[in-house]
Parts: sequence; C-alpha cells; structure tokens
Amino acid sequence: MMHTEFTVVEGDFANAGKASSEIKKTLKQLNIDNQKIKKIVVAVYEAEVNAIAHAYGGTIYVDLDEEKICVLIKDKGPGIPDIARAMEKGFSTASAKVREMGFGAGMGLPNIKNNVDELDIQTEVGVGTEIKMIVNFNS
Amino acid sequence: MKITDIVKILDAQVVVGGEDMNYSINHGFASDLMSDVLTLEEEHLILITGLCNNQTIRTAEMANISVILFVRNKQVSEDMIELALENDIIILSCKYSMFKTVGLLYENGLEPVY
Repeated sequence: MMHTEFTVVEGDFANAGKASSEIKKTLKQLNIDNQKIKKIVVAVYEAEVNAIAHAYGGTIYVDLDEEKICVLIKDKGPGIPDIARAMEKGFSTASAKVREMGFGAGMGLPNIKNNVDELDIQTEVGVGTEIKMIVNFNS
Repeated sequence: MKITDIVKILDAQVVVGGEDMNYSINHGFASDLMSDVLTLEEEHLILITGLCNNQTIRTAEMANISVILFVRNKQVSEDMIELALENDIIILSCKYSMFKTVGLLYENGLEPVY
C-alpha cells in the first residue's frame, strides 16, 4: 500500500499536470499495464485542471495497492450546483483563461467517467467538491 | 510517414529532437482542444495544434503522444522544451496554417485517427 498527496494551487496552470505526471512515473516503475496508466492519468489530469480552474485549488490523495489505484481530489471550491448537467458533454462554466489553456469545452467530467472503473462525486454548493476515482489493474 | 519526411514536407523546424527521427508515424490528429486529444485511444500519432503552452505538452504526456507539431510559427517556451525533453516528446514547428499543414500531410499519406 502506497499513499501520496499533492497540493493543487488555484490558477496555477503552469503546474497543471504535475500530480498526474508523478502518478504516471510511479505506475510505470511498478510495471502497471500502459492502458491502465493512461486511463487513470487522463482522468486525474482532467480533474487537476478542474481544481485549478474552478475550485480554488485543492488536495489530491493517491492510494495505490497491487489491485487498484484510488485517487481522491478534494477542494474547497464553489461546488457543482447541478451534477447531471456538469456530466453532460458540452456543458461548461469555464472562463476564457481556461479555454485559452485548451480546456473548458465541457468534456472534463465525461472524460473522467469514461476512463475510470468507479467514480463518486460528492459536492455541496459553497462548501466544495470531492471526486473519488478508482481504476482496477486486473479487470 | 517518417518524422524526417514530415519535416521536409512542411519545411518545419525541429524544436526538440528525438533519438530516432527516422521512425514512422501513421496517424495524425489536429485539435486545439486538449480534452478532445485526451479522448483518443490511438497513441502512435502526431498531434497538430496551434495551442502552444505547457498544457499541450502535458496532454501529450498523458495521452502517450510522442510527436507534437505546432503550426503558424508558434513560440515554444523554455518550460515547454524542458517538459518535452523530460518526457521524450519530439516538438516540430512550421509556418503554415493548420489547414495547409493538415492538407499537405494528408495528401502525402498520413492517415486520420477517425
């Protein structure tokens, strides 16, 4: 069992992807299947961009064992008022700055969902959002 | 299509080279939307884009894309070069528009992902 934490800073686009990159390196060292690595790092990267863009930053908790990787992204952001809409492809509340970065087209959460085996989103408006995602290595 | 052929066809610059510039790439994908790039299952491809920032390199890293081609003479920053070197990503740059770039590569046999 391995536990790691990363801090994501609001608006820090220069470092968006750092956590995903570290996770990728760790999984490669552990010889995890390349397709599985891609799934989790794409999902975490999208979530990282979300935390930086929408949620005033946050913390990423990574728990890894032989069977799976579990990534929890917690923020103290504005929360998601309507999850069903946020999960719709094309729905976005992103700023111009986020769009300049190549994101903000309403594909983040659908992309995350497509890449993980389990996804749980807990959110409260004005309090924050927790996104938990799991990818199983053996399925 | 060999990387060296792509350079020739587009009169492109090699901003960050790789160990083997003679290896072949079969597919191309052109987009400025990184979330779109992150949906691709195909990996052995060249990403053609006008979006020139750290996120372009990070996206290629996560999506296992080993060659990025910037169109319209985009300036690649030192940070981006460093990230590309760290992740064995080749960066090319050409002066042509996205439309012309894609047209020339397609005409010369580079295949689309879809």
